[in-house]
Amino acid sequence: MIALNINGQVHQVDVDPETPLLWVIREWVGMTGTKFGCGIAQCGACSVHIDGAVTRSCSVPVGTVGASKIVTIEGLSADGLSHPVQRAWLAHEVPQCGYCQSGQIMAAAALLAQNPKPSDADIDDAMSNICRCGTYNRIRTAIHTASASAS
Amino acid sequence: MTIDRRSFIATSLAGAFSLSWKLPASAAGPAEVGIWAVIYPDDTVVVRIARSEMGQGTFTGLAQLVADEMDADWSKVRAEYVAPEVNLANKRAWGDMSTGGSRGIRASVDYVRKGGAAAKAMLIQAAAAQWGVPADQCTASASVVTHAGSGKTLRYGEVAAAAAKLPVPSDVTVKKPAEWTIIGKGVKRLDTVEKLSGKQIFAIDVQLPDMLNATIAQCPVFGGKLVSFDAKAVQAMPGVRQVVAVGDNAVAVVADKFYQAKTALAKLPIVWDEAGNGKVSSETIAALLREGLEAKQAGVGLAQGDIDAAFTLAATKMEAVYGTPFLNHATLEPMNCTAKVVGNTVEIWVPSQNGEASMAAAAEAGGVKLSDVKVNKLHLGGGFGRRGQQDYVRQAVLVAKQTGGRPVKLIWTREEDMQHGFYRPIGQAKMSGAMDASGNVVGLRMRIAAPSIVANLIPSALVNGVDKIAFQGMNPDEFGYMAVPNILIDHAIRTTSVPVGFWRGVNVNQNTIFMECFVDEMAHAAKKDPLEFRRAMMGKNPKHLAILNAVAEKAGWGSKLPDGVYRGLAQNCGFGSYVAAVAEVSVSDKGALKILRIVAGTDPGYAVNPDQIDAQVDGSFAYGLSALLYSENTIKDGRVVESNFDTYQVARMADMPRVETILKPSGGFWGGVGEPTIAVAAPAVLNAIFAATGKRIRQLPLKDQDLRRA
Ligand code: FES
Ligand code: FES
Repeated sequence: MIALNINGQVHQVDVDPETPLLWVIREWVGMTGTKFGCGIAQCGACSVHIDGAVTRSCSVPVGTVGASKIVTIEGLSADGLSHPVQRAWLAHEVPQCGYCQSGQIMAAAALLAQNPKPSDADIDDAMSNICRCGTYNRIRTAIHTASASAS
Repeated sequence: MTIDRRSFIATSLAGAFSLSWKLPASAAGPAEVGIWAVIYPDDTVVVRIARSEMGQGTFTGLAQLVADEMDADWSKVRAEYVAPEVNLANKRAWGDMSTGGSRGIRASVDYVRKGGAAAKAMLIQAAAAQWGVPADQCTASASVVTHAGSGKTLRYGEVAAAAAKLPVPSDVTVKKPAEWTIIGKGVKRLDTVEKLSGKQIFAIDVQLPDMLNATIAQCPVFGGKLVSFDAKAVQAMPGVRQVVAVGDNAVAVVADKFYQAKTALAKLPIVWDEAGNGKVSSETIAALLREGLEAKQAGVGLAQGDIDAAFTLAATKMEAVYGTPFLNHATLEPMNCTAKVVGNTVEIWVPSQNGEASMAAAAEAGGVKLSDVKVNKLHLGGGFGRRGQQDYVRQAVLVAKQTGGRPVKLIWTREEDMQHGFYRPIGQAKMSGAMDASGNVVGLRMRIAAPSIVANLIPSALVNGVDKIAFQGMNPDEFGYMAVPNILIDHAIRTTSVPVGFWRGVNVNQNTIFMECFVDEMAHAAKKDPLEFRRAMMGKNPKHLAILNAVAEKAGWGSKLPDGVYRGLAQNCGFGSYVAAVAEVSVSDKGALKILRIVAGTDPGYAVNPDQIDAQVDGSFAYGLSALLYSENTIKDGRVVESNFDTYQVARMADMPRVETILKPSGGFWGGVGEPTIAVAAPAVLNAIFAATGKRIRQLPLKDQDLRRA
């Protein structure tokens, strides 16, 4: 049994410790907001926060997580809408298909937590998640909006 | 038209995905006013949507069309899918469900608006009857019917139940564009909120009681077959339930969890029969295409004047060969489908661009009647043409037939997705141009050699062996340079073992690169400004010219740029819309390209939602720039070399230029918006690269090219 602290709740899961955290979250815990896109830390669809740091959960064996606090998209805000990043995403209507957006939002939230006033170059560096629908320009604008609204 | 209400209620039990309402007989419940709208007592209007939402905004756009004609209060409008089996049971009352070719809106526009207008007429009629006044003394606005004489009002929610009992009028007229109140407005999408919190359930997220998970390996060599596998080698691995053959070319591991299935499949010994295709490579395919460039036989797409005479008499003749690679769609949500086979019935949960085609595929694979299939459509995590094909649906049903009635979710790994696509066709084009002594174009010749999408997917649509879709953007009603007196554009079909399919923008992409870059070559050879050079050929194409002029003006074509910044432009028409772009780029001494700004213009005739068109243009540039900069599927030993996003890179944030969109709907026609502008992305940038470096890049992607100054 492995104990996982996800969104403030401890889950006991009976799973091979080599299993990537992504699949434990999706299949053992049953929370599907965190997405699978590549499985090799390339696309960022599986991004979660581990002790505040944005992490590609497809490439983290669950056995290495220990007592760290995991936050998924479901735990970013209580109502799923009120985090400044979510509000900015709504205001600019960022999502198209939406499949990458859990990961994009988690990456943006981590960026702003660490760097409340990111420049365009900071955003280029931090936001390497793939969006096949091409919402990049709106993501950039929304990050600037969230940055302004949080200050 | 009357709808079989029982079929609605029956299918609504299918779950919360496609068609979640029931239609109780009581007046306190929702009422079906015509076939497109369901109205609740609190004035909520649920618009039924037959097409698929894959990010392109069609869910919202179609609802706008119906709601505007209904004069509904937009703030209370919602949308829900019509299930394919409900469409089938009602003689396809909701029309075609196929969602591709940028047709979602433009092909539905007549009948959905008439459906909205009919609902409005019924609501007014019901209110008038309640008041005992003639209907023509009543008007409707924002979900309220008003009687002009008395000033009395009734809300839609109050009259919907009575309206639902009236016959649906068929002789309705739709509004004139000047009367639109919701169409043409950048209203908010109806599907955003769930996509911000992880609550949106995509097909890959479906969880059913007792569900198993599976993943699949298809013969890595295209056209190859499954010979055997050794299930015993993995049977004891954690969670593994079954190892099953899927059709004649694949094997799947079924397990409790997907990750367990994936781990076991990686260890499964499999023997394949390569069916003689194991030697196919990018080199053998390139040789085949080169031969096609010179072949005598080719299908003609556009011919006018006397092309041979033009070249004989020309003062200057030019020639160049261009090439573009195979491309996977790489939707971010990998292919997946959940299926449940119980007795003679099949139910599927699917991210499909064509719910009816999914239904047919499930019936065929399940060996059941079409009417015994239920389809739960879920929003797609990207489509781009890939999910018009139903291979993954068939496979899911074939697996579910072998699990004793338990539902199975089949998920492809990214590697499987990358290696088993329906790729954008590889292509080469030999471009030839003839100019007179003053640098006027007197002849244009284009020979395309490429695999044919139509021959691969819908061979019955070949016309005397000619693939008409191969000429997208180059057909007489699309080509922007019809004033050139002598033109010949033809296409030699060269078939390989690699399956090809519809990829966002389809053949307009390659054709526009070939034509617009070559026209740019001719302009430079004639020592003319590329904008003026094009204008001189556009006398017969005022709509093309107008959008080209619009982008040139907004980009400040001809004005001075900062040192080191250069411009390029491109234009075309595709999917019924006129598009043009100006790109501004810089190229460092080391050959590093930076795309700084794109000005993109679209004339789609009418614009349903300008804000979503802006998003589509922006997004289509990202897709087009991925293809320009990085993406390429190469072939070795009969299979695709690239396996994931490490070897198949796509555009990311840092690659993305500022995109300024110009929307100039000129009226009188309905063009698409999801695909057309993608076509001008690559050629505008390529032409800017030439301006910056003096280097003419004729083979994509750029990652393989040296961009240092010539
Ligand atoms: S699924 Fe983890 S980075 Fe792509
Ligand atoms: S919104 Fe579709 S992949 Fe990003």
